[in-house]
Amino acid sequence: MTVGLFIPCYVDQFYPQAGIATLQLLERLGVDVVYPPKQTCCGQPMANSGFSHLTQDCDDLITESFAEFDYVVVPSGSCALHIKDHLHSDKHPDDARHLRTKVYELVEFLTDILKVKDLKARFPHKVGVHQSCHGLRGLHLSQMSELVAPPFSKPEQLLNMVEGIELIPLSRVDECCGFGGTFCVAEEAVSAKMGKDRVADHISHGAEYITGADLSCLMHMEGILRRQKSNVKVMHIAEILNSL
Amino acid sequence: MKDHAALSEEFNIDEPRVNWHDETLWLIRQKRDKAVHGIPEWEWLRETASQVKNNVLSNLSAYLEQFEANALANGVFVHWAADANEHNEIIHSILRKHQVERMVKSKSMLTEECHLNDYLTENGIEVIDSDLGERIVQLGNEHPSHIVLPCIHKKKEEIGDLFHKYLGTAAGESDPQILTEAARQHLRETFLTRKVALTGVNFAVAETGEFVVCTNEGNADMGAHLADVHIASMGIEKIIPERKHLGVFLRLLTRSATGQPITTYSSHFKSPRQGQEMHIVLVDNGRSRQLGRENFRNSLKCIRCGSCMNTCPVYRRSGGHSYHSVISGPIGSILAPNLDMKEFADLPFASTLCGSCSNVCPVKIDIHNQLYKWRQVLVKEGYVSNTKAISMKTMTWVISFPALFAFAGKTGRWAMKNLPFLVNNKLNPWYKAREMPVPPKESFRDWYVKNRGQK
Repeated sequence: MTVGLFIPCYVDQFYPQAGIATLQLLERLGVDVVYPPKQTCCGQPMANSGFSHLTQDCDDLITESFAEFDYVVVPSGSCALHIKDHLHSDKHPDDARHLRTKVYELVEFLTDILKVKDLKARFPHKVGVHQSCHGLRGLHLSQMSELVAPPFSKPEQLLNMVEGIELIPLSRVDECCGFGGTFCVAEEAVSAKMGKDRVADHISHGAEYITGADLSCLMHMEGILRRQKSNVKVMHIAEILNSL
Repeated sequence: MKDHAALSEEFNIDEPRVNWHDETLWLIRQKRDKAVHGIPEWEWLRETASQVKNNVLSNLSAYLEQFEANALANGVFVHWAADANEHNEIIHSILRKHQVERMVKSKSMLTEECHLNDYLTENGIEVIDSDLGERIVQLGNEHPSHIVLPCIHKKKEEIGDLFHKYLGTAAGESDPQILTEAARQHLRETFLTRKVALTGVNFAVAETGEFVVCTNEGNADMGAHLADVHIASMGIEKIIPERKHLGVFLRLLTRSATGQPITTYSSHFKSPRQGQEMHIVLVDNGRSRQLGRENFRNSLKCIRCGSCMNTCPVYRRSGGHSYHSVISGPIGSILAPNLDMKEFADLPFASTLCGSCSNVCPVKIDIHNQLYKWRQVLVKEGYVSNTKAISMKTMTWVISFPALFAFAGKTGRWAMKNLPFLVNNKLNPWYKAREMPVPPKESFRDWYVKNRGQK
């Protein structure tokens, strides 16, 4: 099995350690991973802002970069969902259509495809799990609080394999953090307020770390935590699962 | 005119008030959760309601004609209004016919949509809203901020001030029980003296020509039962095919809206009592246009429960008035651009697309997907700022070339580190309440080339 690694633009530029952890984790699990160098961005910031008609070039880049792989793994629910729902290419329509079916967010790839049963990881800290909306409601990584259905959580399933970790409960299990792509600047006041409230929920329950499968949400919450001079840190789930 | 971002920024100046607003609505969301988890077949009910409404939307004209024929046979006058203006004129003509200058009204978002109160007031007719929340916003010369909880944005002290000014309660009185009693006396006098009462319509049954009005205060019944003339204003999408379908919708409506198992009063109106006149006004006002928009047609399935507002993290922290539209919140944001794309171009962007609205929706409207689709339409139609268009075009250009992207990233990170004032300033909206991420010394791609490049 050869997996193409898609590292979202902002992870590439600001959180390389999460990309490295994703790569190392997959390699430790015996997966052959390749990072195609011509990738840039999934195009979501443009599409969610109403400019999906502009993303043709970047859709082509993704399609050309990843056509050959068995699976594509993305350490970001939001970008994975965007590719799954919206990738299209006039140049390579069949490749694009096929790609949409084989793209996986990292957590779901680990639980659903690799069916990981144990991890040699250790992280002796109190951790709050932030359910990013696109991972949660778009990719269905966990059960959603609005629906009447049995509970499950793929991120927690994996985190519970980590030695020493203590997952903290939250008052609002799956409330949005307010990042929302360009929403975070276009609607700055509400976005910041949502982030403050989200962070406060984690802090009031004793979190030392906030983790999740989407760094965009974590980046937003990190910005708020640092402005508040809080000791609470954010960490992508791949880094916790890869910690020894 | 100020857009959603500007209006919600104003709303956020008073943070304790935002917290109060958020927590009040979240409490209702929690009540909703408790109520729906008490019903194992909840998701089946949602699916059934959604399918019934799909049927209605696909056969709307046939069901409307069936409804009209049955209503006429029941002795009801049926009127058709193409738009808000026609609706208001029809109501006015009925009032004129009966030489009436005062009317009592129960809660109806459709009449708000048609701006009926303003129209009648301009024509010398006094309208009193009899839903308590609506009466409060009416006294405050405001519009409802929520479709089910019209004055949820107001604290009891503010309501006490209004009642002191208009209903003669003691200054500083804010006890809800005392204020409610004052409203009850005031409204009782209104019910007893009005000859014409107007209600909304929650569900209209094509099979029987009857309609159902749901209220928790019984005010629609008080108005309609005491008046000589009962006028019901209804959007054409309120039709359901058969009486048996009511069981599905009535079970969904109030659990979604307030967490109650059923609305306190679900009143069925079929024909006028002896000596009474009953009118139904069927209003289009843009609904057939929305029906024709394939991507947005199922927004017409909405039964106006307001659950999408209660769950919306943006609505809870920006307040209903920030949407500057009669129907606020997520559902309003997909309905409003149909009425006026230019005026409401900001609303589909007033969302993080978190999707909670679609999950609570009792008739399964894919609200957040429609918000996404409206954004594409609005940008293509040119209702977007130049700044945004230019920044999006620039960004698309950068990410279309991997080498340029890598170079821009490297330059950007260098600048953030060495010239932090470039980003850490007032012009950067991110920086107002958040620190910028700390730029690492190398990107993932640089690391990969160094560490895996030889593989």
